[in-house]
Amino acid sequence: MQDEPTPVELTKSVADFLRNDITPLISGHQAFKLRVAINILDLVTRQLTQEEGSDASEVERLRGLLGVDGSVTDLNRALAERIAKGEVDLATPGLAEHLWATTMDKLAVDQPNYASYKRELGR
Amino acid sequence: MIEAELSRSVARWCKGATGVTGAAKLSGGASQETWRFDVVHPDGPIGAILRRSPKGYGAAPTRAAGLAAEAQLMQLAYEAGVPSPRVMHVLTPDEGLGTGFIMQRVEGETIARKILRDDEFAAARPRLARQIGGVLAALHKLPLGKLPELRSRSATEEIGEFERDYRSLNWPKPVFELALRWLRDHDPGPSAERTLVHGDFRNGNLIIDADGICAVLDWELAHLGDPMEDLGWVCVNSWRFGEIDKPVGGFGTREELFAGYEAAGRKCDPSRVKFWEVMGTLRWGIMCGGMMQRFREGPDHSMERAMIGRRASETEIDLLRLLAPRGS
Repeated sequence: MQDEPTPVELTKSVADFLRNDITPLISGHQAFKLRVAINILDLVTRQLTQEEGSDASEVERLRGLLGVDGSVTDLNRALAERIAKGEVDLATPGLAEHLWATTMDKLAVDQPNYASYKRELGR
Repeated sequence: MIEAELSRSVARWCKGATGVTGAAKLSGGASQETWRFDVVHPDGPIGAILRRSPKGYGAAPTRAAGLAAEAQLMQLAYEAGVPSPRVMHVLTPDEGLGTGFIMQRVEGETIARKILRDDEFAAARPRLARQIGGVLAALHKLPLGKLPELRSRSATEEIGEFERDYRSLNWPKPVFELALRWLRDHDPGPSAERTLVHGDFRNGNLIIDADGICAVLDWELAHLGDPMEDLGWVCVNSWRFGEIDKPVGGFGTREELFAGYEAAGRKCDPSRVKFWEVMGTLRWGIMCGGMMQRFREGPDHSMERAMIGRRASETEIDLLRLLAPRGS
């Protein structure tokens, strides 16, 4: 077992330092790059916080859909192949719900401000 | 240093020019650069743009038309009254500037978010969807006989090409698979009509001022194909920049786009437009994957490129909204 602070706490501390102390000192293209850097650190903390839970639910749904077990990567590969072969499609019970749930979990980490995501969150 | 070469160049083809000033690189990809500069002239400075592949760079990527074709298309468009910068000069090898061309600099804004939000463009915005229809109609009317040699792709060939690109990423994405199946099932077949297709006509590649569209930029993906492709691409959600209820670049409705297109004497096929919108959404998603791959493998190990890889999920939610919409 590793010591604390946790990776989330450490990453957040760097993001906050850049955001609060460095941003006011920088302008032009470097300021743009600094914003990208802060966005990356924020994304990483969201993923570290949410990934375990969302992967577990995703695996659960995929087992139900495919009737097999495996890692989240293996099961995604299997689902992709079945869709490609036409064995599974939107008429398959649970597929649309699964893809929506998985995609919403990805946007929650990648781009929580994306307008389509915010619209769908309100449904 | 580039100013010395540009000064020698302009002295040869711009009567009265005595040199250039203010050369600054606006963007630079792996194989292409864009520079702005002013030609020094007794009648006052002339704003200009250089687009070039620097010396020593190989052929353009296979999808690109090439800079010579781009220059020729922009000149044809300009002469036909399509808003486009006037091409002033095509580079020759002895100038030491690489391959490319110099065009007139058109004033106005290209940054999509500014055009969608700043007061300066408030009067123009409601007119832009219809205006885009008119400009696309004029572009699709350019006579095929005058065009440079361009690649030609049917919808079926495009689906195959995107599928190969996607599979080469080894990046299993069930939503992309679903989109590929949908595209195959809804392939509209060969278009009754084959025209020039701009290939990247969207908010972000248009110079816009308070009165509307001043110029269409970035002709490098021009090809021959189904004209409805351009109408579908301009509606892809990624180019609405948050204004998701206004499909045409965040400016207005499809009906306005179609009305502008038909008022200029051309017919629309809304089901083909929808097909190309789905295709375009997937195309941008796969391009995001390509950015991720280039970030991993170099030479561009930038944070910006890395983050574009994380935008593929935006196209997944947009594909689901198109193909498996949830009840409101």
